[in-house]
Amino acid sequence: MSELDHAQTTRHIRVTVNGVSYERDVLTRTHLGDFLRQELGLTGTHLGCEHGVCGACTIILDGQPIRSCLMLAVQADGAVIRTIEGLAQADGTLHPVQEAFWDKHGLQCGFCTPGMLTTLAAVLEADPTMDETAIREAISGNICRCTGYETIVDAALQAASRMRGGH
Amino acid sequence: MKASAFAYHDPKTVQELNSLLGSLENVRILAGGQSLMPMLNMRYAFPDHVIDINHIADLAELAMTPAGLRIGAMTRQRIVREHPLVLQHAPVLAEALHWVGHVQTRARGTIGGSLCHLDPAAEQPCIAALYDAVLHVSGPRGARDVPMRDWVVSYMTPNLEPDEALLGLTLPVWTTQGQNVGHGFHEFARRHGDYAIVAAAALVSLDAGKVVRRAAIALAGVDVKPVRLDIAEQALLGQVLDHDLIATVSAMAATIEMMEDAHITPAYRGRLAQTMTKRALTDALNRATGGRNV
Repeated sequence: MSELDHAQTTRHIRVTVNGVSYERDVLTRTHLGDFLRQELGLTGTHLGCEHGVCGACTIILDGQPIRSCLMLAVQADGAVIRTIEGLAQADGTLHPVQEAFWDKHGLQCGFCTPGMLTTLAAVLEADPTMDETAIREAISGNICRCTGYETIVDAALQAASRMRGGH
Repeated sequence: MKASAFAYHDPKTVQELNSLLGSLENVRILAGGQSLMPMLNMRYAFPDHVIDINHIADLAELAMTPAGLRIGAMTRQRIVREHPLVLQHAPVLAEALHWVGHVQTRARGTIGGSLCHLDPAAEQPCIAALYDAVLHVSGPRGARDVPMRDWVVSYMTPNLEPDEALLGLTLPVWTTQGQNVGHGFHEFARRHGDYAIVAAAALVSLDAGKVVRRAAIALAGVDVKPVRLDIAEQALLGQVLDHDLIATVSAMAATIEMMEDAHITPAYRGRLAQTMTKRALTDALNRATGGRNV
């Protein structure tokens, strides 16, 4: 199209990310992953394929794990978002899934790790009784090229156990 | 990858949506975004206007009506899969949704989006075909209903004018009325969450003597649109459903004309269609007879 109306290509949005409120003007074509990285500087969310296949950009939006590359930033107006930066507590205490990835060597290069951790944190917080089959299904949309998934699944099972109150 | 620039619209009502559709050119409707967003990011699609229908609350309703189970186009796959009305009246839809994408895509993806995107191997259009669903369409010239058999015009092309939108669909679910209804859904894909190579869905209604009073079988991935296996449905009617009969009618699935692509030959597709139909019918039989094997 020749000339686009500024009011239709830019919107003012408010989001809460990891407990912090932000207000920004965004181009309506900007996807949420780019917004988090470039506008808010939260580069822990990784962008791999940007067409919804790899899962690296997974964030937790209003309690649900979603692919941040498949949503416009303008659509997140009013949303409560958790990213990888928000999983650990303010004092540095790791989330149980982070602790378990450390213990079980659930990462190598680390590129897919933010998406693995956000996905697993969301699904295990909702249901820490998930078994191995359910965990494998839950991370079926997250692609890793390094560890071969076995140690990731081991870590998820350990995290689930801890989140149920076990050790 | 960045989407090309577009004007963004977020109507709050169907009336506003119709007004926008009637006045704008080169429009794409943004539902759950799980198909359109990749196309925008890769610039396969470069609309001048994107109409985001996520703010139209009416489109996310799910309710039983005299005509059947009505599901708003914007109902998320995660919601549909867990909804008590779906589990009670159309459990085969919940089962099929297990195979759709991943937890992250089902959180955003919608049933209406899938029915408009129309991948030939997609599960949700297959279930719509299984039930002879009615699709509710709206536009500036008014509303109309489209039966599922007329919904797919050609490859990935729904029966929608450029200024029309899908508002929802009604599944005429099967009432039991003394019959025993069973369902089954099976698919084969290379990886979990991929589109199926072939999927089969089955519904049977049996009387007390296990005689088939009603049957529906739908296949995805064999043609550009979901295919009802009419010959097998006819062959089941009035017969006692057992494993021999299932084997006989499942073989009919391999006899229909199969599409071909660079990876999958028609012959292999036919074998998968037969096997998936057999598994779906076997589940349907077992469920209709209370889990007892025959």
